[in-house]
Amino acid sequence: MQLLGLYNYWVFVVLLMIGFYAVIAKSNLIKKLIGLSIFQAAVFLLYISMDKVEGGTAPIIQAGVPDQIYSNPLPQVLILTAIVVGISTMALGLAIVVRIKEAYGTIEEHEAAAMDSEA
Amino acid sequence: MTLTAQLPALQVVLPMLTAPLVAFLRLPQLSWLATTVASATAFGIAVLLTQAVLGTGTLDYAMGGWPAPYGIALAIDEFGALLLLIVTGASTIALLAGKASLDQQIESARQPLFYAGWLLALAGLSGIVMTGDAFNIFVFMEISSLAAYMLVAGGPDRRALTAVFKYLIMGTVGATFYLIGIGLVYMMTGTLNLADMEARIAEVADLKPILVAAGFITIGLALKAAVFPLHAWLPNAYTFAPHAVTVFLAACSTKVSLYVLLRFDFFVFQGNLERHDVQFAGFLLPLALLAILVGSLAAVFERNLKRLLAYSSIAQIGYILLGASCVSLLGLTAGIVHMFNHALAKGALFLAVACIGVRLSRLWVDDLAGLARQMPWTLAAFVAGGLSLIGIPGTAGFISKWYLISAALEQGLTGVLTIVVIVVSSLLAVVYIWRIVEVAYFGSRDAQSPPVSEAPLSLLLPTWFIVIANVYFGLVPALPVDLASAAARSLLGHLL
Repeated sequence: MQLLGLYNYWVFVVLLMIGFYAVIAKSNLIKKLIGLSIFQAAVFLLYISMDKVEGGTAPIIQAGVPDQIYSNPLPQVLILTAIVVGISTMALGLAIVVRIKEAYGTIEEHEAAAMDSEA
Repeated sequence: MTLTAQLPALQVVLPMLTAPLVAFLRLPQLSWLATTVASATAFGIAVLLTQAVLGTGTLDYAMGGWPAPYGIALAIDEFGALLLLIVTGASTIALLAGKASLDQQIESARQPLFYAGWLLALAGLSGIVMTGDAFNIFVFMEISSLAAYMLVAGGPDRRALTAVFKYLIMGTVGATFYLIGIGLVYMMTGTLNLADMEARIAEVADLKPILVAAGFITIGLALKAAVFPLHAWLPNAYTFAPHAVTVFLAACSTKVSLYVLLRFDFFVFQGNLERHDVQFAGFLLPLALLAILVGSLAAVFERNLKRLLAYSSIAQIGYILLGASCVSLLGLTAGIVHMFNHALAKGALFLAVACIGVRLSRLWVDDLAGLARQMPWTLAAFVAGGLSLIGIPGTAGFISKWYLISAALEQGLTGVLTIVVIVVSSLLAVVYIWRIVEVAYFGSRDAQSPPVSEAPLSLLLPTWFIVIANVYFGLVPALPVDLASAAARSLLGHLL
């Protein structure tokens, strides 16, 4: 049962592998980027899972409200940063794909490579 | 608090704040000037910090006044100071020399944005070196990488785009692996501060997640550092980047990743994971040897001048790792000194390439035929850089080879194999440098090709400055060797 109880982490591993597979196996540059995005999203899930405290609530301390068990806010802050990094990477990656399309007329990796080896 | 006390923060903040200013400057000349001044000031700060570190030891700086395990701490030790000198020095020299070359390769309307990216790369690389916070390293790593992708994509050839796409994919995978590793360590220890992490791992009963984290972090950083066989992104990224960018990145970007790798493996994991030193060496030593051989061999058969030097860089990364994987004082000193000396040698070589690139549009080895008669100073600088790369006595490269071989001699039987590899690879380096020398000095230039003049003085002077630095640090190696041996001593803290 303990293995099933860690299902967040199983989803993390499966997502990570799906993303990684797409990055490696797909020749289409957009699909590669989608894979990269899934790959990064998997790590977000890892961080979000680790901060959950059983029965914990949002870490907001208020006067008059008795102390509760709080979830750890730090990984959420970290992953907010990592999401921003991921978005920037994606934006830059897509911009490069646009320029590759302009320069080569294709977004298939092997076609672009073939065009260069002819030249 | 005086201004001197704030120098560690300024090292990162100065280039980072200058970047948006430069982006808003619409004038290419002015933006180059602002970038160069910021970079030179950063170099000045690095020199002051090195002096302070040599005088008083490690500098600690609490960002925003928050004390260490809670706030983000900057910590500069001898290792960091040496890397800061390399990073800021390479950036400054590449900017000073690169003006003429960049004016040719980057459209003037895009130059302000390009220089802004350059400053961000500089800020990111200096940040990685200084910060004592594991997650902060990730953020700075991505700042510098994203900026570096942009700089490489500025290359005039369309193949720069496919090269940079590969670089982006592999770099992001590496950074994400690193992030997973940090996450696992954080799960077990609840801290991100490297020093705190090291202390708290000792309290963790179940070390398996830490072991997995060590794997993820090592592989992730090895990807970023282009350790063989994870080097696939490097040759084309260096080849098709604008020449000045190649000078900057080849001199420092992979070394900064190696620096983080060594800091993690030695500071954080070494004392805590059982037999980590043996595993580390057993894993990285064969890779280092293969990198040296494969990189040098590929360089021997490569016909494109820049890619040839890029393959040679892969071999040189192997030397640095080889030193580190001896896990001894001499070995680590050798690896760390080689970071500095390789930056000098490769810097000189790529600067000479930039000189040639200003005059020739194609940079295949065959295109250099007879060029030594037209560009004597450039080719002489290339030969000097090449000698330093090979490790001829009297040049900086010799110092690191000397330390590497001394370290290998301590190792017994594997040491003999190591020495054989070092000697073979040095001979291969002679071969690939000689190929260029032969063509340039003894070949004859096509009668139809237009006459070529010597590179502009603005490029030649910085190139020769670095060449002279190669000789100077070959004869008076005290500064890098002192810093490196102090760094090695503190890295090995647990094992000595």
